[in-house]
Amino acid sequence: MAKPKLALYWASSCGGCEIAVLDIQEKILDVANAFDIVFWPVAMDFKYDDVRKMEDKSIDLCLFNGAIRNSENAELAHLLRAKSKALVAFGSCAHEGCIPALANLTTKDAILKWVYKDSPSTVSLNGGVYPQTHTKMPEGEIEIPEMWGTVKSLDQVIDVDYYVPGCPPQPFQIWNVIEYILSGKPLPPKGSVLGADDKTCCDECPRERKEKKIKKFFRPYEILPDPNECLLDQGIICMGPATRSGCGALCTKANMPCRGCYGAPPNVVDQGAKMVSALSSVVDSQDPNEIDEILNQIADPLGTFYRFSMAHSILKRVDKI
Amino acid sequence: MKQIKIDPITRLEGHGKIDIFLNDDGEVANTYFQIPELRGFEQFCVGRPVEEMPRITTRICGVCPEAHHMASAKACDAVFHVEIPPTAKKLRELLYNVFYAGDHTTHFYALGGPDFVVGPDAPKAQRNILGVVAKVGLEVGGKVIEMRRRTQEVIKILGGKNTHQVTSLPGGVSKGINEEERKLIEEHCKWFVDFGKFTIQVFNDIVLKNKAYVDLILSDMFSMKIYSMGLVDEKNRVNFYDGKVRVVDPDGKEFVKYSPNDYLDVVSEHVEPWTYLKFPFLKKVGWKGFVEGKDSGIYRATPLSRLNAADGMPTPAAQEEYDRMYKTLGGKPVHATLATHWARTIELLSAAEMALDLVRDPEITGTNIRAIPTATPTEGVGIVEAPRGTLTHHYITDEKGILRKANLIVGTTNNYAPISLSINKAARGLIKKGTTVTDGILNTVEMAFRAYDPCFGCATHTLPGQMPLVVNIRNKDGEIIQEIKRN
Ligand code: SF4
Ligand code: SF4
Ligand code: SF4
Repeated sequence: MAKPKLALYWASSCGGCEIAVLDIQEKILDVANAFDIVFWPVAMDFKYDDVRKMEDKSIDLCLFNGAIRNSENAELAHLLRAKSKALVAFGSCAHEGCIPALANLTTKDAILKWVYKDSPSTVSLNGGVYPQTHTKMPEGEIEIPEMWGTVKSLDQVIDVDYYVPGCPPQPFQIWNVIEYILSGKPLPPKGSVLGADDKTCCDECPRERKEKKIKKFFRPYEILPDPNECLLDQGIICMGPATRSGCGALCTKANMPCRGCYGAPPNVVDQGAKMVSALSSVVDSQDPNEIDEILNQIADPLGTFYRFSMAHSILKRVDKI
Repeated sequence: MKQIKIDPITRLEGHGKIDIFLNDDGEVANTYFQIPELRGFEQFCVGRPVEEMPRITTRICGVCPEAHHMASAKACDAVFHVEIPPTAKKLRELLYNVFYAGDHTTHFYALGGPDFVVGPDAPKAQRNILGVVAKVGLEVGGKVIEMRRRTQEVIKILGGKNTHQVTSLPGGVSKGINEEERKLIEEHCKWFVDFGKFTIQVFNDIVLKNKAYVDLILSDMFSMKIYSMGLVDEKNRVNFYDGKVRVVDPDGKEFVKYSPNDYLDVVSEHVEPWTYLKFPFLKKVGWKGFVEGKDSGIYRATPLSRLNAADGMPTPAAQEEYDRMYKTLGGKPVHATLATHWARTIELLSAAEMALDLVRDPEITGTNIRAIPTATPTEGVGIVEAPRGTLTHHYITDEKGILRKANLIVGTTNNYAPISLSINKAARGLIKKGTTVTDGILNTVEMAFRAYDPCFGCATHTLPGQMPLVVNIRNKDGEIIQEIKRN
């Protein structure tokens, strides 16, 4: 019997998701044995054209990481959608936009202006030279893709079957997903989140949570936290209550607050809104003015509560800044 | 500029593009190496609390998040005017050296090495890690995988996560190590030193004993006389984590030595409309285009250039190898691009020795690992040597420590102009009037830039990987007359 066909692709990505796949260590050889890997630009030599020539729905499983940031990312997303039976938004960038989607808090123009004109190390000739999609050189024209004004999650561009959260997904979770698929068990319902657990990060965190109420928030550099007590109880913003479990609470075990890379917990649409509601239960006041004052101590709530989920949030992008 | 999706990995592997234009005579008129993407970190980080930067900028690159984590943490220390406790510095440095040893291993065995170990003319199906294993034995393959596993284990202990570390923050680190962890890490570091020596032996036996390879290394096509940059300690020895940046001219004379704070006096970036990546150059010399020599401001920041820019290595075994390399290649500086691989093995050994020294330092298990900043935050620059080049993070904040401006010059970016020039030289060296362009050109072109390890090696660690690459050959009208790709 022919082996199932597997494709892996990175769009606007840092590469960490691909490293995480390799971090399943020697099991990568099991993957190579079990699947016929038909496309994986980072490790194999198939080209876009090879994919174009494939029959529709001929790829059994496609793990797609990275956000959609430019015309080339989108083109490949559409192409791989057409060729794949099951397409997975793999990692936080594809899932919810991740850190690159913080760009939705600013504008493309502002980004280009800073990078190519205003930044202090840049020498800008004639009022600024900006990258062009098409440039006529003495020898001929050359092209680059068009950068988009808004970073999108994968499911905002194409239809997605499953999601694997995490930045990056933890290797043992990746292996769980692959093992599940290799087991031949029926595929889970469309839209399922795979490679994560069904609680919140707090449920995996070994720190002791008390019903302590807080009046002051601290930034992580401002205090030496007690290593055994809940960080949020100590006034350090920790996204644990608004984050899906699955990583094993890696950051809080390293004495740093969770920043939410596993995305919203089950049945929560908007991670930031969930965080706001979680905070309301720890702020020690009934007085609306005082509550405001306490919450105002939080530096950059938008960039913190939506650190990994801006593209997918109810806000999606901020139009004017 | 680092907002560039500066993970050249992506760029080069999945998204890179080279155009070679031929003139009427069928000779190379010009080449263009384009980077198709920009993510905009410098701009979208504005408004973020600056202490979050060490955890945000790791996402610039998943292959060397450690470098961004450290440069960012150092910039944050500077922003807050805080001196970190010695134990914290040693813990960061330990993590960093272990990362270096692991990263160089990957490049040497899986990416750059195959050209030498298996041979530049070997069938391409063998020019990969599996071919390396076939040539030097299964034992080596096993060792390489073990090296990777062990370095990751140490990085997870020290950094909290093995990709996208979290433990460095302004004033120090969030987590120390106990004696039990120290012992475990010490065992690993001893192993790393042995592995470093073993790797140098491999290079010796397979490359240096083969005259054809040595000739290739020394060939004109692979030589480029430009400036060399690298971080050095107070004795001008190579240092990856800390120190001043030293630049030597093509004759090996010190051109400048600068503190991170002064980087803007030394480095500028040139913009071209046909690519999203900028081209750094030495400000005082100026941008003269893609040309070699003392009058051209382009410089390299690679393992070889770090060795050129320094007076020696900080550890004994690596120093011996350093001396031997320069003796063999006819003295300093060396401009042979392919000698970068040799330099890389010397750095690997040095990083391993350094890590072993650090983990044996009595202070490493100290519990004073954080200083709480008290000064008003303002502005700061942090520089480390990423494996792929000098990495600069520059932050300006308001008095609350909210980021107002950021400027990043990322490792591989330093080498964008030299890589472009190397590609150009390789193409000109190979494609002459009447030449039929073959796959051989492709591999030679690849060798020219693979030496820089432009951050695209990550995934070839354990899989037989070859870098996907498209080279378009265009005629004088700009039409594509031939497209060469791997397989
Ligand atoms: S999800 Fe994280 S690890 Fe994966 S590509 Fe995005 S930034 Fe990198
Ligand atoms: S809020 Fe953070 S520190 Fe507290 S229990 Fe949840 S994950 Fe742990
Ligand atoms: S603790 Fe939070 S931020 Fe850290 S890895 Fe887990 S989900 Fe991601």
